Amino acid sequence: MSIKLKALTKSIWVFHAACSPCNNCDIEILDLLTPRYDIERLGIVLVGSVRHADALLVTGVPNYKTKERLKKIYDQAAKPCVVVAIGGCACGRIMFRDSYNSPCAVDEIVPVDVYIPGCPPKPEAMIAGIAKLIKKVRGEK
Amino acid sequence: MSMVGEIKEKLGSKITGWNEHSSKRIYFWIKPQDIKEVAGILFNELKLRFSIATGQDTPKGIEMLYHFCYDKAGQVFSVCLLIEDKKNPRIDSIASLFKGAEWIEREIWELLGVDFVGHPNLTHLLLIDEWPQGKYPLRHSHES
Amino acid sequence: MSHKIVLPIGPYHPLQEEPEFFRLYVEGEKVVDIDIVIGYMHRGIEELSEHKHFDQVAFLVERICGICSTSHPFAYVNAVEDLGRIQVPERALYIRTVIAEMERIHSHLLWLGLAGHFIGYNTVWMWAWKYREPILNMFEMISGNRNHYAMMKVGGVRRDIKEEDIPALKKVLDELSGAVDMFKGAVMDDPVIQARLKGVGILTRQQAVDWCVVGPTARASGINIDIRRDDPYGAYDKVDWNVITEKDGDVFAKTIVRILEMHESIRIIRQCLDKMPKGEIDADIKDVPPGDGIGRVEAPRGECFHYVRSDGTNRPVRHKIRAPSYANVASNKVAAVGGTISDAAITLAAVDPCYCCTERLAVLDRGTDKKIMNGWDLIKLSQEKTRRMQEARNAAIK
Repeated sequence: MSIKLKALTKSIWVFHAACSPCNNCDIEILDLLTPRYDIERLGIVLVGSVRHADALLVTGVPNYKTKERLKKIYDQAAKPCVVVAIGGCACGRIMFRDSYNSPCAVDEIVPVDVYIPGCPPKPEAMIAGIAKLIKKVRGEK
Repeated sequence: MSMVGEIKEKLGSKITGWNEHSSKRIYFWIKPQDIKEVAGILFNELKLRFSIATGQDTPKGIEMLYHFCYDKAGQVFSVCLLIEDKKNPRIDSIASLFKGAEWIEREIWELLGVDFVGHPNLTHLLLIDEWPQGKYPLRHSHES
Repeated sequence: MSHKIVLPIGPYHPLQEEPEFFRLYVEGEKVVDIDIVIGYMHRGIEELSEHKHFDQVAFLVERICGICSTSHPFAYVNAVEDLGRIQVPERALYIRTVIAEMERIHSHLLWLGLAGHFIGYNTVWMWAWKYREPILNMFEMISGNRNHYAMMKVGGVRRDIKEEDIPALKKVLDELSGAVDMFKGAVMDDPVIQARLKGVGILTRQQAVDWCVVGPTARASGINIDIRRDDPYGAYDKVDWNVITEKDGDVFAKTIVRILEMHESIRIIRQCLDKMPKGEIDADIKDVPPGDGIGRVEAPRGECFHYVRSDGTNRPVRHKIRAPSYANVASNKVAAVGGTISDAAITLAAVDPCYCCTERLAVLDRGTDKKIMNGWDLIKLSQEKTRRMQEARNAAIK
């Protein structure tokens, strides 16, 4: 367990990478910043560049236009970087897996550490997912 | 005069078929070569709003429907035509008439393979540039 | 240039070669051209529709857009009901209207929040989104989910609004009414917001007609169209309400239209809850006959158009979908060009595109074609302009 990974559990900076989502998961992610959930009090901050990010939040179904972008974003991120797949689309493509414009699922492009299913997952589910991630990274049960 | 009456008067014999599904949903048929003139009359003279065009693959050919809206009466007039040559479907572009048509025709070109003659920029809109040629997702013979 | 602009260039966007959604070309401070590239959201939904049966398509189209989540299924079921001349029970029509108007309120609040964020009024963002929460709670109470409520069905609705839930719903409406008044006052009374938004991103009436724009974007330019009144569906012709229009076509006009529409939505919902008759909520349709159908609804962003063709089997042969933003986003070609970079973010946002689309933004220098800014930088520039105007105003008062 690297020192950096342990350190990041105190304050996680997240970068949001959208593939081709319907935006619901993205709005619910932004909702986390609003007063009702207020994840900034947990030290979680949304950043504008993946180079500053500790965690990558991925939403949506990868299509041919966004598949390369997602790979590039992941490559640009300073490692270690955890990847969180948010929403049914990012977890397994759900009803879009037969689409002609969807080549593969998110975890075939980048390694995913946390899956938070739901359509969209409620903000409480996302916080629970991140809490599980932090516990796992710290080695707690 | 009602919009139905005005359309019938202005288009005259260009109309080859007429179907009033309801008072608000009217479909009429024209020959493919008349589309530019008909679209011009509906948009410029009768001031209808152009919503979208639908292309569909049918056994008889590629059917195109151009949907125009007459908002004062809440009516949708769909101009229908059939492009019989499915191997090389072509039709005049109406992009010079109104700006919105440019994207709509690009989409139909890449998903159905219809060539829009006179279109300023027939390139991929939704699909990647490297999409295999000849593979049209909305054609029913297409294997996904 | 009369003053030096410190362009927040760093951190440099790592994906320089990627085609963006909006590519703005600038000469100095002025936006001289704009390229719009779409296709990022393309998931082939029209083709997927042909492989699903009519009931499943309603779930599929919900996921076209998360914010207009109920507009697409509503337009779709209208199309199938138009095709089959299906009579929908009256109670279902009222329930559909309530859900659609609740969606309009939360969508406009969402936009208000984002617009506030773009011009640097983060308090507006937090307040607007805070007031979305009671509506999302109500959606959860009625349908089980905050978003993607799966209420629409061919021939009716899937779930009823229970009598015992109506008082809670009315209480939320009262709360929202006060909040909308607060926003109205905040926006119309703040001279910096007015200076920031008035005269910015103007879309003239003629341009709006040429580009065939719809929704609040059209109504803010003086075009009096609204599908709810022009081609009534649901229960809109059974309740009293007004279509809101403004003349100037700038971002301020678009803001006012959206704020006042929220008031109208609250009015519509209140009347629907009072007038809703008891009875069936589902016509229990078993077959769809062959034919063509067109369904339209006034989504929060404008006319949502669905065309469905059936051949008598249980799947659509063709399903054509036209989302409102398709027309509205293209009109940015005239609205954003000629303005300054610091106004670009709010101008592009004024037509209410998907949030994700505004992420994929790039600013390129016209002379060198080199990328100098990304979306986050553009938003920061917009926020700084507001700060400068506030400082100037405060200095003038002293």
